[in-house]
Amino acid sequence: MSIILKNISKSYGKIKALDHVSFDVKQGELFGLIGPDGAGKTTLFRILTTLLIQNEGDATVAGYDVIKDYKSIRNHVGYMPGRFSLYQDLTVEENLDFFATIFDTTIEKNYDLIKDIYVQIEPFKDRKAGKLSGGMKQKLALCCALIHKPKVLFLDEPTTGVDPVSRKEFWEMLKRLQKKDITILVSTPYMDEAELCDRIALITDGQILQIDTPKEIISTFPKKIYKVNTLETYKLIQDLELYPNTHSAYPFGEYIHFTSTLPNFEPKDLFSFLEKNQHTNIEVFETSPTIEDTFMELSNTHNQVADE
Amino acid sequence: MNNTYSIQVENLTKVFGDFTAVNGISFKVSKGEIFGFLGANGAGKTTAMKMLIGISKPTTGQANVAGYDVKTQAEEVKKNIGYMSQKFSLYNDLTIRENITFFGGIYGLSKMVIKEKSQKLIDELGLHEEANKLVSSLPLGWKQKVSFSVALLHDPSIIFLDEPTGGVDPITRRQFWKMIYREADKGKTIFVTTHYMDEAEYCDRVSIMVEGNIEALDSPKNLKTKYNVESMNQVFLKLARNIE
Repeated sequence: MSIILKNISKSYGKIKALDHVSFDVKQGELFGLIGPDGAGKTTLFRILTTLLIQNEGDATVAGYDVIKDYKSIRNHVGYMPGRFSLYQDLTVEENLDFFATIFDTTIEKNYDLIKDIYVQIEPFKDRKAGKLSGGMKQKLALCCALIHKPKVLFLDEPTTGVDPVSRKEFWEMLKRLQKKDITILVSTPYMDEAELCDRIALITDGQILQIDTPKEIISTFPKKIYKVNTLETYKLIQDLELYPNTHSAYPFGEYIHFTSTLPNFEPKDLFSFLEKNQHTNIEVFETSPTIEDTFMELSNTHNQVADE
Repeated sequence: MNNTYSIQVENLTKVFGDFTAVNGISFKVSKGEIFGFLGANGAGKTTAMKMLIGISKPTTGQANVAGYDVKTQAEEVKKNIGYMSQKFSLYNDLTIRENITFFGGIYGLSKMVIKEKSQKLIDELGLHEEANKLVSSLPLGWKQKVSFSVALLHDPSIIFLDEPTGGVDPITRRQFWKMIYREADKGKTIFVTTHYMDEAEYCDRVSIMVEGNIEALDSPKNLKTKYNVESMNQVFLKLARNIE
């Protein structure tokens, strides 16, 4: 195991940021931590990278204990924090050189590892980091986190605020790094990125909702799910809220994903309800759930338990 | 100006030194429309938006927003639009009520009106318990909802939303879009940027900016048909990749 967490809890005053979190990440695994802002993702990263001490529980990274062996961990992990972490006044090359020197290595020594990524920003190597575009900054930050050839790579929301094209390129880079036997723990609020991980943990309010492969997590979705569409989307959302048999109704692209409270729900009943409410161009058909459907269903259950 | 349009842009251009950030873009947005303004990082979205909200002067070209010229009537533009961004929305060390009062004051609303609007906003969002708490104690999703409502305080006819839902959980993101639909239904024009391509599908029409130009502008449905793909994500990848 590359990362092991046992019952990790952390509070800031009255706020419980992490509440008895346990999971393992295997050597060479691409593991995703999926959850919204405030779920506790960053706190978890900071504990695993020895920047913060947990109140309870144990954790090891690459075989080292996060408290006792914190110095060894720092030599063996790469960390790309959510906020831009580079020196804005140094050039691209100076930043990379700086990080290499800190870890007592050189750019040349581990160039193989970063080559793929670095060639994309090399044309701008004399530009100050503060003057780079968002996508370029992200690539430089990744190079800096890799330059000492870490065993484990921690990436805290590397794609937040990044456009779909750069996001796709970034994930392709991660897949290539994974082949070089680097364990990667990555967090993201984008549910579609979850499907690119080997396994994921869904996290909300400091608690893990579920851990498994994306496929297995989707297969636990408890209901039949339907796509619904009519000409007037806003009216459709309002009417679905009034429909007595609605369990959930969430916009997904051009359709609404609908589940019913009834175990033997008949799509034609919803169809006639919508017809009665003057909808036109009505479509109702079964579809497969996504990670996002599953996450929402699990958080609703979680919130109901929390409210009781 | 033809008053069926909230926004009319013609050949709008912004040049910084030898770099053309926005390269002669033209489009119109109808009243009550939800208009998605998409593009890769660095495509020129923010620069274009800054010109539309009256805080950056176009190098050349015209834009009329809410009936005012962005070049010569920038102050009028600012008074007649609402603006909300993910990066800056509310003051963390003021309470919700104080934030509402502050922004109401900035928009020149009278004390009476502010009082009335504050109560209405707090009622609508069901924030009675939280109204006197510091904004910093609110979850991000709630901040976004409050900040959207605050952007509506002075009853603007257009609302500009700059990545309003970044990092927000999927349920709250959808509740937020319901608020957007509600306002559009009331006749308000919505101008929104987002990196979530499923949200692009909620818009009546979207434009996609690539390197300072508008490469595509149509309803999500028509764009998907045109590029023969199943989602807006694929449309986006196709357009933004092709330029390389």
